[in-house]
Amino acid sequence: MAKQKQVAPEVHMIDVYVMGKRYQVPEGLTIMTALEYCGYRLIRGCGCRAGFCGACATIYNLKDDSQLRYDLACQKTIEPGMYLVQIPFFPSAKALYNLEEIEPTAESLLALYPSLLTCFGCNTCTKTCPQELEVMWFMSDALRGDIREVANRSFDCVMCGLCAARCPQGLVPYNIALLCRRLYGRYLAPTSQHLEDRIAGIETGKFDAELEELEKMSQDELHRRYAERDIEPAYTKQS
Amino acid sequence: MYPAYMGESIRKVEASRERRLEETRPRVGDQEKAALLTEFHPDFIKEGMRELLVGPNRGEPTPNEVAALLEGNSRVNPDKINLGKVDHDVDVLVIGCGGAGASAALLAQENGAKTLLVTKLRLGDANTVGAQAGTQAADRSNDSPAIHYLDTIGGGRFDNIPELVEALVRDAPSVIKWLEELGVNWDKNPDGSMHELSGGGASRLRLHSARDYTGLEEMRVLRDEVHNRCIDYLEFSPVIELVMDDKGQVAGAILVNLETNELTLVRAGAVIMATGGAGRLHIQGFPTTNHYGATADGLVLAYRVGAELIFMDTMQYHPTGAAYPVQILGQLVTEKVRTLGAQLVNAEGEQFIMSLEPRDVVASANIRECRHMKGITTPTGELGVWLDSPMIDLLRGEGTIARELPAMVRQFGRYNIDITKEPMLVYPTLHYQNGGIKIDPDGATTIPGLFAAGECMGGVHGRNRLIGNSTLDIFVFGRRAGKAAARYAREVKLGALTLDHVGKWQAELKEAGITESRPATPLLLPNYARQPDDYLADYARKTLSSGQIKVA
Repeated sequence: MAKQKQVAPEVHMIDVYVMGKRYQVPEGLTIMTALEYCGYRLIRGCGCRAGFCGACATIYNLKDDSQLRYDLACQKTIEPGMYLVQIPFFPSAKALYNLEEIEPTAESLLALYPSLLTCFGCNTCTKTCPQELEVMWFMSDALRGDIREVANRSFDCVMCGLCAARCPQGLVPYNIALLCRRLYGRYLAPTSQHLEDRIAGIETGKFDAELEELEKMSQDELHRRYAERDIEPAYTKQS
Repeated sequence: MYPAYMGESIRKVEASRERRLEETRPRVGDQEKAALLTEFHPDFIKEGMRELLVGPNRGEPTPNEVAALLEGNSRVNPDKINLGKVDHDVDVLVIGCGGAGASAALLAQENGAKTLLVTKLRLGDANTVGAQAGTQAADRSNDSPAIHYLDTIGGGRFDNIPELVEALVRDAPSVIKWLEELGVNWDKNPDGSMHELSGGGASRLRLHSARDYTGLEEMRVLRDEVHNRCIDYLEFSPVIELVMDDKGQVAGAILVNLETNELTLVRAGAVIMATGGAGRLHIQGFPTTNHYGATADGLVLAYRVGAELIFMDTMQYHPTGAAYPVQILGQLVTEKVRTLGAQLVNAEGEQFIMSLEPRDVVASANIRECRHMKGITTPTGELGVWLDSPMIDLLRGEGTIARELPAMVRQFGRYNIDITKEPMLVYPTLHYQNGGIKIDPDGATTIPGLFAAGECMGGVHGRNRLIGNSTLDIFVFGRRAGKAAARYAREVKLGALTLDHVGKWQAELKEAGITESRPATPLLLPNYARQPDDYLADYARKTLSSGQIKVA
């Protein structure tokens, strides 16, 4: 181990229930590491283990509180009396489309996801989102065809699918939001002229000579050029 | 919430903050860098490496944990495999579905190849999704592919393969455009210009980001496109051995269903390895930022058919893994925090390194501070230094942290740490495999029919990768490999399928006297489950280990 352990940790054990069976585990674990502590070797429901991939979306409740709660198993710290399950897989609809052939309009969204019209605003999706996104609100933005706003509000979605799993009307908010973000990036985001110019420059060979010179350069000269290169300031101070 | 005993040190960080806003640290020169790395970087700990005993890279120093797997035993008994029954017959087989695998599959299909994409976990379960900071591309007027080239080579300790770096920097702007046309949402200024940031070792503002969810944004778009283009795929189906033909060409693979142990045989004109990294091997005991499946499988499979590896003696330890709280120990604190202006500060509240040096330098400096008793010890005995995130809003205006770093605010907020007001405690964490399977600019390895792209390949980054160059290389070389493999598969004439290489490999292990002491590989998944006592009777064990793959 690269580090020196200096303090012996004091371990308190708490009760959790996995598929209804009681286990004692050290407090401070996440739901995922608690399952592993109980002896489960995960195949499903485990991905980046850092809160980004959505593989470990899970539901739980507490011994004396039957209300369902939702979270990412790799991020949520266990609490005494938690009832844990694994949701290995939840099938949900994804429309197939060719991005080049659709327009960034409400009509496109409705054509691909007609269930959007059936949302009755129960807000279960919002309450379910482990990223605490305003899911119902960006679904109503989608209905109005405000694609830019859907893209913005849904941006931090890890596509875990819990919103779709709980929607009583069978909407798939996470896939509708992905469609909106893709439409925004493809059609609505302002174009970057400097990027176009640079690509054209590379294609016409504008940078070939400099690159060739560097590739043939001696190690000594490369070291010198590297050490002497000017560095653009990381930021300009706010005035 | 930090434990009360850390309060004194946090107050020192706060007390020096105003002064440090104006304070700059000098750049680290060649000699100082060499001394710092030699003394503190884990790559230079001799006991951490040993020479490989078998295979094309025999005699080369390799981290112990990787060496054990590269020298591993095959999981299959060739005598029990029926190569006459092909389950999938395709032009191009892509193994792995992170950014590199998805790009390769899209390009292979676009170039007319019947393509099959197979992956160990789900589509998109890969290190790509955890990449936060951004993707490099020299597209601003004061920047150029040549400056990007120089930064990359210098950061890589001048060992990078020049032709690969050239491909990387040349393709970069068109990769950014390709991703945008697929619908990736880049952070932009109102006039449409890219909102670009600096990064460790980069001499220009060159990072294209999507908040601090850049890799996730790239991956979810590519995965969606893989679905839209109806590319065939198999999930939870890792490759356990490559298949060759009697002309010495790679010609397919054997997959195993992780849940049922059923085998599937794929014949393919070309195979693209895009299996990612090795963080879950916890080299030298480090925690890791890597996803659950990062177990070096592709290296093992390629090595066994004779593909050369390069720079296996270097791993990247990201300077800032979370050291506290323990729930997120070793998880990534994106370099974007430093890019935006946060400094690294020791327990006394003093800066000790220019925060935007390349990662190997900064990681070494963090280790030095801790070893010199200038770090903070956590309640579980971890060490760390401060990353002074609240500086960002002072430098760039209130609200910058919330806007630019929502994932970090959310992640630490779960544990009642407000990074807009309190610093983050960090220590190096195992992040990236700098080396890997040796390729040419088309992704071709040293074995015909085998291509590689993404983290499992090596050479382009030399011995230390820069920020934003991996979420670039996955697309540059994924696309190139996809295209080249489709072209190759059109021309190739496959011979009869064979697993002779497995027999030869096992004979080599036997000759080296290491058959008994090496594990069955590829590893497939780490085992974090607490182990029950071993109660198995010998006859019971024997029935368990009959030719089948027992992963769980």
